[in-house]
Amino acid sequence: MDYRDGMTYTEWIHAGFLPGRPDVSDPEVLAWLIRRHGLEMTHISRGSHIGAIFSVAEIMAVLYTRILKVDPQNPQWEDRDRLILSKGHAGASVYAALAERGFFPVEELRKHYADGSHLSGHVSHRGVPGVEFSTGSLGHGLAVGVGLALGAKMDGRDWRTFVVLGDGECDEGSVWEAVLEANHFGLDHLIAIVDHNHMQSLDFCEKTLKLEPFDDKWASFGWYVQRVDGHDVHALENALRNASEHRGNPSVVIADTVKGKGVSFMENDILWHYRTPQGEEYEAARLELEAQRP
Amino acid sequence: MRDAFVRALMRQAKEDSRLVLITGDLGFGVLKPFWETYPNQFINAGIAEQAMTGMAAGLSRTGRTVITYSIGNFPTMRCLEQIRNDCAYHDANVKIVCVGGGFVYGSLGMSHHATEDIAVLRALPGVTVFAPGDPAEVEAVVPKMLSVPGVCYLRLGRGGEPMLHQEPVENWKMPEALVLRKGTDVAILSTGGILTQAVSAGEMLEKNGISAEIISFPCVKPIDRRTIEGLCSRFAHLVTVEEHTIVGGFGSAVCEVVAELGTGTRVHRIGMEDIYSTVVGTQQYLRSNYHMNDRAICDRTMAWLKA
Repeated sequence: MDYRDGMTYTEWIHAGFLPGRPDVSDPEVLAWLIRRHGLEMTHISRGSHIGAIFSVAEIMAVLYTRILKVDPQNPQWEDRDRLILSKGHAGASVYAALAERGFFPVEELRKHYADGSHLSGHVSHRGVPGVEFSTGSLGHGLAVGVGLALGAKMDGRDWRTFVVLGDGECDEGSVWEAVLEANHFGLDHLIAIVDHNHMQSLDFCEKTLKLEPFDDKWASFGWYVQRVDGHDVHALENALRNASEHRGNPSVVIADTVKGKGVSFMENDILWHYRTPQGEEYEAARLELEAQRP
Repeated sequence: MRDAFVRALMRQAKEDSRLVLITGDLGFGVLKPFWETYPNQFINAGIAEQAMTGMAAGLSRTGRTVITYSIGNFPTMRCLEQIRNDCAYHDANVKIVCVGGGFVYGSLGMSHHATEDIAVLRALPGVTVFAPGDPAEVEAVVPKMLSVPGVCYLRLGRGGEPMLHQEPVENWKMPEALVLRKGTDVAILSTGGILTQAVSAGEMLEKNGISAEIISFPCVKPIDRRTIEGLCSRFAHLVTVEEHTIVGGFGSAVCEVVAELGTGTRVHRIGMEDIYSTVVGTQQYLRSNYHMNDRAICDRTMAWLKA
C-alpha cells in the first residue's frame, strides 16, 4: 500500500537504511526509529504526547535491545522479563519498539489512533502482542509491578520487572504507596526507571508540584538510586545492568531527559506535550530527525 | 458472615496453595485463623488500598487467585480505578471482599456507610457481584466465586448474623436466587444481609393476612433473570430490598429485567433514597430510620398492595 512517494509506511520510515533492514539490535538505531515512528504516528493520527515519546526513546531502546529478556515469537513466554510503561501516554514508544523488534509488523504502526485499531494513544495490551500491561491513568504501573515482582519472588523465579514512570506521574500518591510496598517486601528484581524530563502537562515539574529532592525521596524510602543521562545509551545500559545485579532492595534509575529531545524547536517546550506535528512543523521535525539518522 | 467467609476461604486455601489473601490492614480477630494457618498465603499491604489492588492485579498475573480484603468503601471506591483498569480490563483473577456492606458500621459515620458499592461495582464490565444474605449463602458463594475466572466482588455483612436457610445451601448454581418462603400475594426480593428483615417482614405480613414470597439474590450481577421472569408471571407486585441506595443497585437491576420483559409488573424499591445518612446509629437503628427494617418493609408493602 502506498504511503509516501510510492512507498509503504515501513519503506518510508526505513528508506535511509535501505537496501538492508535497520540494525534494530543497536540501541541508538532503535532510539532513532522510536522518534521517527513517534513523529510519523502522531502526524498521521493528529495525536499528542510527542514530547514524552521523544524523551523516553533511549530508555525504551536500551531496554528492548540490551536488557529485556523477551521473545517476539513467544510474547507470553513464562520466563520473560516484564515491562510496564506506567506513563502510558508515551505508548507509541512501546509500539514502535515492539514492531521493530518483530512482535508485530511495522506497517501496523500506521493504525495508531485509527478507527477500529488496537493501537490506542495510551498503551494497551488488548490485541497488541508484547504489551505487558495497559496503562493510561497515571500512578498505576508501579503497584502492578510490585505485584509481579512479589509473585516472582514467592515462586523463586529470576525474571525481572521493569516499570517506566514519568516524573510528573510521581505527583500521584499511589506511586508512593507502591514505593513503600516494594521496599517493604525487599523486591530487588523490581527496577523502576523515571523518565525525568522535568516537565508535565502544563509546566515544569518544579513549578507544578515540587519533587525535589527527588533522588533523596527514593533513597529515604529504601530504594537503591542511580542517576544517569537518559539519552546516553551506554550510561543507561550500565545503570540497568547494575540495578539488575543489586540485591536486597528495589532499584530506581532516575534518567535525566529532555522533553521533545531530538527536534530543536520541541525541546523543553511545553507546547509539545499536546501539539500534533503538522505542516511545516512536521516537515522541519522530519528533516532534523533524518539528519540524525545513525 | 465474615467468619463463614474465613472458614470457606481457609478450606479453599488448603486445596490451592496459589490462593493469596491481601488485607488493607484490617481484619483483626477475623483473619487471624487464616494468617496463622497459611502465613505464606497472606499479605498485609498496609493502609494502601490503591497499592493493594494494583499488587493484586500483578500477583494474579503470576498465576494466583488473589483476594483483597477490607471494610466498608475502602476495598472498592478508594481504589475503584485500580479495580477497573488494572483488574477488570486485564481479566485479573482478583476477588474483592468487603466486610460491612450497608450500615454495619452505622455508628462510625458516613465514611463507613457502604451504600453505593453494588451500583458502582455492577457498572464495571467483567465484574461479578455477590451479596449473600446469611452465613449459609456465604458458604455456598465463596467456593463458586473462587472458581469463576476474573474479577468478583463479594459484599459481606458483619459477624453474628442468624442462619436463615433451614439447611446448608448445597449445589448452588450461580446466579440462582433462593426462595426462603413461598407466598401467593406479593414477592419480596432481597440481597445481602438485610435478608433478615425481609424474612421477618414476611412473617409480619402473614399475620396481616398477606402471603409473601421471600427470595434472596446472593448474586446481583449477573442477575437471575429466569427467577425474576417467573415471579413476574405470578405476581403483580415485586418489592426489592437492599441496604444500599435505590439508585443503580439491586432494585435497579431487577427493574431493568422487568422493564425488558414488558409484563407490566410493578416494582417497588426499598433502600436508601438518593441521600447520605447524616445521622449515626446501630445498623438496626439506621434500617429503621431509613424505612427498610422489617416493620417498614411490611407496612410499605401493605400500602403498595392497597394502592
